[in-house]
Parts: sequence; structure tokens; C-alpha cells
Amino acid sequence: MSVAILNASGCLDALTAPDVARELDAFVTKTITPEPREGNRPVRIAETESGMLNSIGLQGPGIDALLSEVLPALAAHGLRVWVSVGGFSVADYAVTCERLDGRDDVDVIELNLSCPNVEEAPESQAEIVAGCRGRTAKPLYAKLSPATWDIAETARAVVSAGADGLSLVNTMRGMALDPVTLRPKLGRGTGGYSGPALRPIALACVAACAQAVEVPIVGMGGVSTGLEALELVAAGASVVSLGTVLFADPSAPGRIRAELFDEAVARGYADPLDARGVANR
Amino acid sequence: MSEPALRERAAELRVTGTETVGLYTLLRVEAGPIAPGRPGQFFMLRPPGHVLPRPMSLCLHTDGELCFLIDPIGPGTRALCAMSAGETLHVLGPLGNGFDLDVPRPLLVGGGIGIAPLPYAAQVLGEVPAILGFRTSLHAEAAGLLPGALVVVEPELVTSLLPPGPGDVLACGPEPMLEAVRRLVPDAQLAWEAPMACGYGACYGCVVEIEGHLQRLCVAGPVLRAA
Repeated sequence: MSVAILNASGCLDALTAPDVARELDAFVTKTITPEPREGNRPVRIAETESGMLNSIGLQGPGIDALLSEVLPALAAHGLRVWVSVGGFSVADYAVTCERLDGRDDVDVIELNLSCPNVEEAPESQAEIVAGCRGRTAKPLYAKLSPATWDIAETARAVVSAGADGLSLVNTMRGMALDPVTLRPKLGRGTGGYSGPALRPIALACVAACAQAVEVPIVGMGGVSTGLEALELVAAGASVVSLGTVLFADPSAPGRIRAELFDEAVARGYADPLDARGVANR
Repeated sequence: MSEPALRERAAELRVTGTETVGLYTLLRVEAGPIAPGRPGQFFMLRPPGHVLPRPMSLCLHTDGELCFLIDPIGPGTRALCAMSAGETLHVLGPLGNGFDLDVPRPLLVGGGIGIAPLPYAAQVLGEVPAILGFRTSLHAEAAGLLPGALVVVEPELVTSLLPPGPGDVLACGPEPMLEAVRRLVPDAQLAWEAPMACGYGACYGCVVEIEGHLQRLCVAGPVLRAA
């Protein structure tokens, strides 16, 4: 298995774009919560000079509809599925993990511990992971925010609590103002910042965590080319996720996969995975 | 009829030129493999140097060219209007649900830059009445894209031109205009607009309230029934 390419949670709907999802090694769902959620009021997106802000607010059908409708539909498309799980307390996360536990149509559970667009759970990220660990045998990946002074410390804590892998990184909270009114462009005021500006931050986080823990790392943040994907691998990722680039280019998965191999070969690596961690040596 | 897979609706198209139409710009590109779709559907155009594409409806389809009417109101739309012949433009489309043109008595109703999809609708429908409203007489020069249309300029509103028993209204324009049309013509087809990052259901950025719930305009619309 070479470097797998996924979508970042919330950046693709496999049911409206199945041909795009089939180009991925696995499809990551939009974050699911115990109850259905309408999400935040518009305006929800704004482009900035070197990225974009989103304030979707975990819109979704809730776990019941995911289990009864969404997962069977995804399976009908022949997709491998990672489910992104969110919530507002340890209990929210744990109950959702428990309900996903027995499902053959779920490969991995990714815990969204870091959505910048909703209120956070009061417990620590490690407490949430520990609460979920007791409820499922599925691989658990912890998705962390880059907005922390020492992400390696968080990585060690969530791995100690039972995380099998890390997803690095989520968006960072940002704001954009309307140039005429000087009021926030987004309805909620702030949103998650993604795109090219996030890439150096993601690289630093992946490198820091790769040197702190032994678990697999899914790298993401501003990747739009194969070389940029290879850089995340060099920093320590073994899986790369695509986010904002999918909005502009639905052909990105196939294109970036081909570019990734070419860029690795051009640097003397038979496989992109052979470059894993070279930035940290 | 089902549409081709999404990836087959994406292409780098050659810009053939731009024309000034009043205060707007008509951007012309070679259609290449991209189908014009149904009037009221839209395309995502990626401005050079920008992270996100912009949704635009097709204004005209002529001689293997797709033409988009653009109001240069921000950095992205200004970059699109500044493109020159020979440059390439990344285009994804057609996307979303267009107008249902299989109606007995169509009447096109447009306001401002919202007239954009109506010339193509007129191309497909043949001779069809149209009423248009604009903020100023400079903006109203764009009415030349719809020969024979009745035109008003503010403070007069386009709804003042709606005849009694207006027939099958196909409308596109600013939100207040669409709301006014909705009140007067409960079965009108209205083409709405919202900021979009992707245009194909991925980002959930373009939600609007439909039947009491926030739904993605790019998937549910952009053309919705008024009632």
C-alpha cells in the first residue's frame, strides 16, 4: 500500500459526486453528530487572498439517518468509508462510536475534536478519545487543531488515551471583513481557515507529531499538487487528504495521485511512501 | 436525462475575448467538450490567481462558444472580466437544476446582472416576451442582449411591467425582486444566487432556506418554484 489519498471531512459529498469519491482510497464523511443539525445561518463561506473561510457548523442528518440511509448508499457505490464523528460532550462522541462499532461498512472512525465553528466539548481531547475507546474496536483517528502551542503534547495525550492514528490538521479560526461595511463577511463572524495558507502550518504539525508518536498520520492542509502531498509525506504523513482543492477541482484526486508518484520518482523514491519522514532526519 | 459524470464536465477552455455590455462584461470562451446545458443551470469559472471558482449562468451559446455575463463587483469577478483572448479558463458545468422550459406561455423576468441566463433561455425558446429592470440606464444597456424586451430603470420596478395573468414566469434577479415576483406569481420559477465554493454539493456553503430547512442551493436549485 502506497500513500493513500482521502478527502478531508466536509469537503466532498460522495452521493452528489460519486465519480470523484471513487478516485479516493477511502471517503471520509462529513462530521456526524447524535442528532440532526441544520448548521449555521448563511453567509457560510468567504474567499481570502490565500485561502477560504467556512462556517458550516456541522450540518448533518444525525447518526440515525447516517446508519439507515447514508452508509448503505455509500456502500452501494463500493466506497470504503471513514466516518467523522463530532459532538458537544464525551457522551455525544461515545454513543456515536458505539453505534458505528458493529458496522462492516465503516473502516475507521475519525474523531473531529477541533471544529472551529461550534462550541467545544468541555472535556479534554484525551478524555473524549478515552471515552470512545471503551465503546468501539474500530480504528480511532483523532483530528487535531493546529491552533495550539504544543501539538506534540496533545498527540501524546490522545495516543495514550487510545487513538490509533492522527488526522492533522483541522482548519484554524479566522475572520474576513466586508471592505465597505467593515462587518464580518460570515454570518457567524468567524470561520475555519483552509487552503494554501494552512499548508506550512500543517507541515509543522505533522513533523512535530511524527517525531512525538509512532501512530499513522493523515496529513492535510492546503494541498493542491502532488509535490505538496509529497512534502506532507516527507514531514511524516502516510495518508494525505484533500480539502479546499476539491471545491475548485473535482479532478484533484486522480491528478494529485499521478503527480505524487512522478514527484517521488523524480527524487529517487520508487514509491512516495519511501520519502516518509525524510524532513525529520 | 442523466448528466455526464462530474469529472467529465470539467475542462480548461480557451478564452476568445471579452465585450463590454453597459457596466457588465461578456466573457467568451470556446465550448470545447463542455455542453451548454439547460438555461438557468450554472458553471463554476476559476478566476486566475484565486482559490475558489465563481458560479455563473450561461448567457449565450453561439458558434461553439459559451458566453458569460459578469458584473465586476469583487476581486474574483474583476479577474474574470480582465481575462484576454488566448488565456485558459477552468470551467466546471453545467451544474444544478435549470428552468423548466416546457411551459405554454413563458415570460422572462430579469433584474440587473440577474438577466444573465435569460438571453440563452430566449435562444432555446425562440420568440419569447421579456421584461427587465435595472438600477441605472448604464446598467440597462445590457438589455440589448434580449432584443424586444420591455425595460424599466429605477425607481420604476420590473414588477410594474408584469401583466395580469402573466403566464409562466421564469425569473432571475436580486433577492428583493425575486421575493416581489414570488408574492405576485405564486407558480413562478425563480433562479436564486448564493456564494458557492464548489457548485456540486461538496462544501455546504450555499445553503438557503427551502421549505423551512437550510438546503444546498447548488443541488436543490438554483431554479426553485416560488410556492
